[in-house]
Amino acid sequence: MKSAKFDHQRTSSLDEALAALGSADGEARIMGGGQSLGPMMNLRLAQPDLLIDISRVSGLDAIEVSGDIVRIGARVTHARIEDGEVPGLTGAYMQFVASGISYRSVRNRGTIGGSVAHADPSADWPSALLALGGDVVIAGQDGERRMPLDGFQIGPFATGLGFEEILTGFELPALGAGAKCGYYKVNRKPGEFADAIGAVVIGSVARAVCGATEAAPFRVTAMEEKLAGGATAVSVADARHMIAVHDPGFDDYDLQIHAVALSRAVGRAFA
Amino acid sequence: MTELTLKINGEEVTADVEPRLSLADFVRDHRRLTGTHLGCEHGVCGACTVLMDGEPVRSCITFAVVADGTEITTIEGFDDDEPMTMLRQAFHENHALQCGYCTPGMLVAARDIVTRLPDADEDRVRLELAGNLCRCTGYVGIVNAILSVIEKRRG
Repeated sequence: MKSAKFDHQRTSSLDEALAALGSADGEARIMGGGQSLGPMMNLRLAQPDLLIDISRVSGLDAIEVSGDIVRIGARVTHARIEDGEVPGLTGAYMQFVASGISYRSVRNRGTIGGSVAHADPSADWPSALLALGGDVVIAGQDGERRMPLDGFQIGPFATGLGFEEILTGFELPALGAGAKCGYYKVNRKPGEFADAIGAVVIGSVARAVCGATEAAPFRVTAMEEKLAGGATAVSVADARHMIAVHDPGFDDYDLQIHAVALSRAVGRAFA
Repeated sequence: MTELTLKINGEEVTADVEPRLSLADFVRDHRRLTGTHLGCEHGVCGACTVLMDGEPVRSCITFAVVADGTEITTIEGFDDDEPMTMLRQAFHENHALQCGYCTPGMLVAARDIVTRLPDADEDRVRLELAGNLCRCTGYVGIVNAILSVIEKRRG
């Protein structure tokens, strides 16, 4: 046994999980697939007193499109997204991102909601979804609320989720036919956590995200303006300047790989 | 302690376990199914890969209590499994193992590749194997073994 001691509570409904969270003594953590939290607990970086297991809670695993919104439940696994269950162009973009997350045996358990709530800066979904835009759906003791993905993650492993709230899903834009998407992740070996992420979505607005930073992923505004103005390529040198303006605390190497990631993401969007 | 009921290799098992016990430690230490190997214990090396409800998962980062109500298949549970029988023979013929430490996880991952991706070429097989580390073979024998099974199943 590698993890520190904890209590485990199985829950079968969202209300039950919220009640458990509300009445917990000490640190309680929600666990869906446990593919990020599990390793962190094995390494004893995370030592929650109570693990509230929502892996059997029904109603959090739906994928549906209504109008121009794609709704994705928090418990949808990376594997389901990899297998193309999210429809349309939004789905094609997410399928590409999902296929690069860790390995199939991890993707079978790991969930999109867990990844975003866990908020590892090097994880794929926090950056990939920020590039899409849309809302995070959150359940709390007083009902449901929404928060824009913009600003949801505030730092490494830190989000706008309250201590007694559970991330239940996402409302993402259904991209129209003319939209362009590109995602590029710098890592030494397929499936690893990213050293740098570039994510670009040009739909009704242009969004360009620099991810796998020391803090939260951020939007590169100068690049967004250039893409909105019709640019179909951004050089690495230009990307360096556009990223540096945001003062992300990169050394020269970090700045270079993040510029390469974003430049190649744009390249993939217009490939 | 938390009660746990699950099926392992077709046999119904009930046990009382500490929540922090991993599924890997449960099958090895409590059920004496030591074919499942532990390498990195944080989800990177793939040696501990088992099937949960038919899909490969990492048993080192899955707590045993989470497997309650599921059906687990470890490397000991594939005796009559058709793709696994083919893979065992192919691993033998292609020298796809040396020390054998990665082999249980490698075979479970290989079974997933040949059943889920019947059209996989060498590049795809190598990509899919990124989550299973072998320090002996250089992967050439493993990749050839998997490709030969894909080929046979096609014909």
